[in-house]
Amino acid sequence: MSDKNLKRIYMDHAAGTPLDPRVKDIMEPYLTEEFGNPGGLYREGRRAKDAIENARKTVAGVLNCATDEIVFTSGGTEGDVLALMGVAHAYMEKGRHIVSTNIEHHAVLSTLTALKKEEFEITLVDVEPNGIVDPKKIEAALRPDTILVSVMYANNEIGTIQPIAEIAKIVKKHGAIFHTDACQAAGYLPLDVQRLGVDLMVMNGTKMYGPKGSGALFVRKGVRIKPIFFGGAQEARRRAGTENVPAIVGFAKALKIASEERKKESARLCELRDYFIERLTKEIPRTILNGDARERLPNNVNVSILDIEGEATILYLDSHGIACSTGSACTSESLDPSHVILALGKPYEYAHASIRFSLGRETSKLDIDYVMEKLPEVVKILRKISPITVSENATGMSHPEAFAGEHLRVKAKSKSYKV
Amino acid sequence: MSIDVINQYTGEKWYYSDIVKDHFFKPRNLLLDAPEENNFDASGMVGSPACGDMMNMWVKIDRESERIKDLKWKTFGCGSAIAATSMYSVMLTENGGLTLAEALKVKPQHIMERLGGLPNRKIHCSVLADKAFHKTANNYFRKTGQYERIVVEGARVVDDRLNITDKDIEEAVLEGAQTLEEVQNKLKVGVGLSLSALTEIEQLVRFYSEKYYG
Repeated sequence: MSDKNLKRIYMDHAAGTPLDPRVKDIMEPYLTEEFGNPGGLYREGRRAKDAIENARKTVAGVLNCATDEIVFTSGGTEGDVLALMGVAHAYMEKGRHIVSTNIEHHAVLSTLTALKKEEFEITLVDVEPNGIVDPKKIEAALRPDTILVSVMYANNEIGTIQPIAEIAKIVKKHGAIFHTDACQAAGYLPLDVQRLGVDLMVMNGTKMYGPKGSGALFVRKGVRIKPIFFGGAQEARRRAGTENVPAIVGFAKALKIASEERKKESARLCELRDYFIERLTKEIPRTILNGDARERLPNNVNVSILDIEGEATILYLDSHGIACSTGSACTSESLDPSHVILALGKPYEYAHASIRFSLGRETSKLDIDYVMEKLPEVVKILRKISPITVSENATGMSHPEAFAGEHLRVKAKSKSYKV
Repeated sequence: MSIDVINQYTGEKWYYSDIVKDHFFKPRNLLLDAPEENNFDASGMVGSPACGDMMNMWVKIDRESERIKDLKWKTFGCGSAIAATSMYSVMLTENGGLTLAEALKVKPQHIMERLGGLPNRKIHCSVLADKAFHKTANNYFRKTGQYERIVVEGARVVDDRLNITDKDIEEAVLEGAQTLEEVQNKLKVGVGLSLSALTEIEQLVRFYSEKYYG
């Protein structure tokens, strides 16, 4: 609300992180005096070019790859679109089949939908009820004409970690190209592309205390991608447009810090995460953890607090100074409930009631204690308002009759439906 | 640190207007406990096809004057659904209550006006309150035998004496009725009907059973 003295407890780091002051410092000169276009042959240009190439070395060092395997982008969405479109268009003579999962980020899912219109065939493999894809199911989906497989490293909503290395082996054996969206994973999970065995990997600066509008795409040597931007020959003809020098410099610094602090910070956050989940599920009745409890990002807590709607919960929490997010249809521009929660085999009421807390470097145990002081009150109020009682093992909607005559695209008691 | 969101339509801080905020944090006419029998004359539950919110409404109506003496509600809905329904409940019950005929003329845009606006993609939330009341009014008309006053938008009447529509059949099936007999028990439909109407209802029962449970 408007209480200016209220301390803010920010728990939406999966959406965006604050800029690390060390990153800001290193970016500063490139916003002012070091303004040269890296394409220039004179001193200002050469200095900007050097800054980019140094950043590239840093990123390649963290990923354990060659510098010419890094393409700087404007973020996660551009990285995913460039990877998927780029490979699809470069290999369409070989085949037109692409395999992915039903919990991918919209940057992947919407790109695949666009490719479908170009007559590519898309197979989306369902994840298991714990939010993790079974590599055997990926293998079963592969066909002779499969050119590309895309599976995210860690899910942005429920934080589940996918068995990327295992899937990479299967895809390689099959002779297809493997892409992973690592936007949420960077900072928390190992990024060595040789160990992971991925061919393309996408990262995003603003998820790891770097600047917005920054990112990188790893493209393994030998993998061709067709550009999606046309213009100059920047980034080895893979990404036209004057390089965003401050963002690139900031991205590399943020990635370096994240990788240096990863183990310590992950261990700290895992402890906080488990403490938070335990208190949530013990102290607020009928609160269900979404996604696997162990194979999940150290900073991700996602629960469905049954019978109450997520947006109302968030507005109440905001008034107490707490920032978090929900998979409720009410908050999405498209008014669609979270496809990730639905993919777990839960009815839409679970998505409507889902709350994501994503912790960060500033999060302390005291912050969690504060949330646990306020949240139960909010739940109590909203449950009093709610007319429904969703079953804890529900696989279908609680009150399909309320939607009669609305051309329900659902089967009342089966698992797949959409309201 | 203050990170208030600015409403792009009104320029106000916070996502919603001050009136919306007030009704969201202090909703009027909420039913906080289970409804007691005899306390209300009719009720209705609806869902929003736009976002999945659900709304349950109860009313008490003075038989003689047809004024709304009490209106209570519950919702599984977002901030604007809560605020819009709260405002709607005030509009229908203030100053001694509107008559049923007057209340049925209150439109979602009237709720919006009183609220000082809602963001564009939240307008369907005010529609939900209106829809819940229309269903509750129909429930009242059915309970009091005033079948001719039942109005169901976008539905086809299959029993003109009781004003029962295909939507009613769909709802009965969704509530669990799977045979003609079970639907008849729920709706009292088909009593003394011609054979052709009965056949049509039977067909609808089969159609919806197949659609949702097949």
